[in-house]
Amino acid sequence: MEFKTLTQQRSALDTGQISAVELTQYYLDRIKQQDDTINSFITVTESHALAQAKAADAVIAANKQGPLTGIPLAQKDIFCTQGIKTTCGSKMLDNFLPPYDATVVKKLDAAGMVMLGKTNMDEFAMGSSNETSYYGAVKNPWDHSCVPGGSSGGAAACIAAGFTPVATGSDTGGSIRQPAALCGITGIKPTYGLVSRYGMIAFASSLDQAGPMAHTAQDCAHVLAAMCGYDNNDSTSLNRTCDDVTSSLDSDIKGLKVGLPKPFFDDALNPLIAACLDEVKATLEKLGATCVDVDLPNMHLSVPAYYIVAPAEASSNLSRYDGVRFGYRCENPKSLDDLYCRTRAEGFGAEVKRRIIVGTYALSAGFYEAYYRKARRIRTLISNDFTRVFEQVDVLLGPTTPTTAFKLGEKTQDPVSMYLNDIYTIAVNLAGLPALSAPAGFISGMPVGLQLIGPAFSEAKLLNVAHRYQQVTDHHLQSPNQ
Amino acid sequence: MSWQVVIGLEIHVQLNTQSKLFSGSSTRYGGEPNTQADWIDCALPGTLPKLNQAVIPKAIKFGLATNSRINQYCEFARKNYFYPDLPKGYQTSQLDKPIVEDGFIRFCVDDANEKKVRIERAHLEEDAGKSLHEDFHGMSGIDLNRAGTPLIEIVTAPDIRSAKEAVACLKTIHTLVRYLDISDANMQEGSFRCDVNVSVMPSDSDTFGTRCEIKNLNSFKFVEEAIAVETERQIDLLESGHTIAQETRLYSPERKETKAMRSKADAHDYRYFVCPDLLPIIVSDEEIATLKAALPELPRAKRQRFVKDFALTDYDAQRLTETKPLADFFEDVVKASKANAKLVANWILGTLMSAANDENLDAYATPISAERLGLLLTRIEDNTLSGKIAKTVFAKMWESELSADEIIEQEGLKQITDTSAIEAIIDDIIKANPAQVEQYRSGKDKIFGFFVGQVMKATKGQAAPAQVNQLLKAKLSTS
Repeated sequence: MEFKTLTQQRSALDTGQISAVELTQYYLDRIKQQDDTINSFITVTESHALAQAKAADAVIAANKQGPLTGIPLAQKDIFCTQGIKTTCGSKMLDNFLPPYDATVVKKLDAAGMVMLGKTNMDEFAMGSSNETSYYGAVKNPWDHSCVPGGSSGGAAACIAAGFTPVATGSDTGGSIRQPAALCGITGIKPTYGLVSRYGMIAFASSLDQAGPMAHTAQDCAHVLAAMCGYDNNDSTSLNRTCDDVTSSLDSDIKGLKVGLPKPFFDDALNPLIAACLDEVKATLEKLGATCVDVDLPNMHLSVPAYYIVAPAEASSNLSRYDGVRFGYRCENPKSLDDLYCRTRAEGFGAEVKRRIIVGTYALSAGFYEAYYRKARRIRTLISNDFTRVFEQVDVLLGPTTPTTAFKLGEKTQDPVSMYLNDIYTIAVNLAGLPALSAPAGFISGMPVGLQLIGPAFSEAKLLNVAHRYQQVTDHHLQSPNQ
Repeated sequence: MSWQVVIGLEIHVQLNTQSKLFSGSSTRYGGEPNTQADWIDCALPGTLPKLNQAVIPKAIKFGLATNSRINQYCEFARKNYFYPDLPKGYQTSQLDKPIVEDGFIRFCVDDANEKKVRIERAHLEEDAGKSLHEDFHGMSGIDLNRAGTPLIEIVTAPDIRSAKEAVACLKTIHTLVRYLDISDANMQEGSFRCDVNVSVMPSDSDTFGTRCEIKNLNSFKFVEEAIAVETERQIDLLESGHTIAQETRLYSPERKETKAMRSKADAHDYRYFVCPDLLPIIVSDEEIATLKAALPELPRAKRQRFVKDFALTDYDAQRLTETKPLADFFEDVVKASKANAKLVANWILGTLMSAANDENLDAYATPISAERLGLLLTRIEDNTLSGKIAKTVFAKMWESELSADEIIEQEGLKQITDTSAIEAIIDDIIKANPAQVEQYRSGKDKIFGFFVGQVMKATKGQAAPAQVNQLLKAKLSTS
């Protein structure tokens, strides 16, 4: 494909080099030919996509297009799509046809984007490898024996595989950034509350945040601009004007103060990734940034705190899957308890059950103080760490993940080692801050991600830094061998 | 051994909003099942609650009217449990910081002495739906029309010491929420329901016994009965050497007994935590001040004013102030009439109320407006009508739109107060009944009534009774 990025496709569409229908058909064909192997889509919405593309072509013909008109897109299957199956990667919702569109879906529809389908994901977004999906694991396009990361593994993989230029993801503890890193693409988790959660199936409400994934920071910026904004249907949505994240992409970063948090460069980090980050640091310095070491003293508490808060909220959020009103229902229940027990035993996978049990335990009488309340206090400590550090620096730079993509099946029997894959991403969710992951190089042919973290509402700055970096590097332009 | 019962109430009051606590669905009562349940009420994946802001001033008004503290920062919490009519698998309620806390109410029970009961808290929460266990061939039907309806749950301290006090306390709160216009408090429709905590202890003790909670009582009568039978049950158990098990019980009005529903061991662990989908409620000083300034005259103040300004008995004042429209009606009649307030109270609580009850109407919303009743009572006051004839006029007013004066005119019902006319009639009667006159004069006083009856018969009841008495006595004892 000669027009790989959204930005390239925009000008190709505008100049008539390609039509939206042709572009869409190109991706649909690729998905048909190659996704059997990758398994990045749960549902491909071919006729829906072609209809949207046709409409987009009409808009372009009338010269009324916006920045996203006619650009293909894959929606993570966590976003409700009216009349289109929305599974959240679970058997529980295998038959669920939402009667409404998520706000994110509505906004991207309104922007003229063309939805190719719904992407595979860890069940209810619980996982770091996309192996908990009821619809089977997703393969990493760079090495089919490796995981793509999770939970937005389908989204990251389908971009890396060249099935779509852009996808949506959601990030509760790293679910946009970690798969973006492992698949060699760019993804941003915005400030909590910037993008509406309405219609995005809840995992952990106080942490969940939707964001865009694409090849480049510039592409992410254009999609984020269309996704964000106050939504009256989401009480936690922030009632403020969105910052302009696209027009400052090319701004000079001379004088930028970059913090290198000590806990991000500890023994857990693969030394080869550390070496990649040294190069990133050198590149940023060449662009005029200065780098200093900083500390986040409570960082080590983030994984344990997260694995109390997120399961606790999840245990409550997932109570609605009871077989009474929608979704999976067991055969011939003999009693109410039997209906509940078998519906949930049969409808949920092992990781979801594990987290419901952990969360239920953490909230139980007698344990609440020791676990949930303490975890909430730790959240405050972690937030304070970030506040303090952002008095000294503009952004933080670190790795996104401690290793490159691991082998399928390697960590499925050891939940704790799986959870530790999110060691660098989780603190950001606990503090509600924006962070992005962008390609930083390769180790043995597998992508490495850099992570940039900023204070609340610094999306424009993060995307600007990443874009400047991508202007002088080409990691993000690499494609896996076909 | 004598025993003291100790009672606390938990009252669920449905707030009278148009739409639900967290969705736009209608709260109207009596719709076809599941026609008032939207995606949020059904807890479809991805839906989020959106607070109906109208509930906040309503809850605050209750707090202000009960001398309570308003928590100006308060949060919603999730109360987690599974039940088919609880779509989300949790009820959104309040735990640590209810919007209203630490107040009290005062009310009278049998006499003018006031009883004070503390209000521990009143918190906002959503109602559940209804499970329908009949007509579904052994299965249950779920109606979510009520799911998400806004409630305040009011919790009193265990300050109540008899079933009568409990009912008086409940009635006081029932009256109060309607005065505040925060609930229609319709008990038949379940918008005002009560759970009662009952325990007993020896009369000379001040250590409370183990309590039982009687759930879902929806009439004053059932509250009184349930407390009585539960008290008796607990005393019987203790006197026969048993102990009380802490449990939740249900009252059966048919069998006049309470029976165990679930024990403390079966109690749910609700795993409360702050709801991450909702922002805290923040109430400003200005909002409280504005609501306070706009509070109506409350029932207790009105009752005291009626006693003082209108010389009513406590009992009459209590009855007239039970609802605000009735109290307003009373005052409107007083204003519209030259009759004294006591006569107005008697007529409203007597003739008018009984006629209204016969047709299932409220006394303030019958064909007899305050102006029409006022004029009728003026005609009693100015002696145009006797009390008895006034009742005839009242009956005719009920059937027509005519005023009292028009009916008096039309029917010629004006009271005869002309002394010479009455004397002439009396003279005729004395002449026609010599035997009875003889009997009266020989000391048989009782026969006086016969003469009154004859005069009334001759005047079709229109002779002024006091005048008839006076003139008759004079004529019978002289001549």
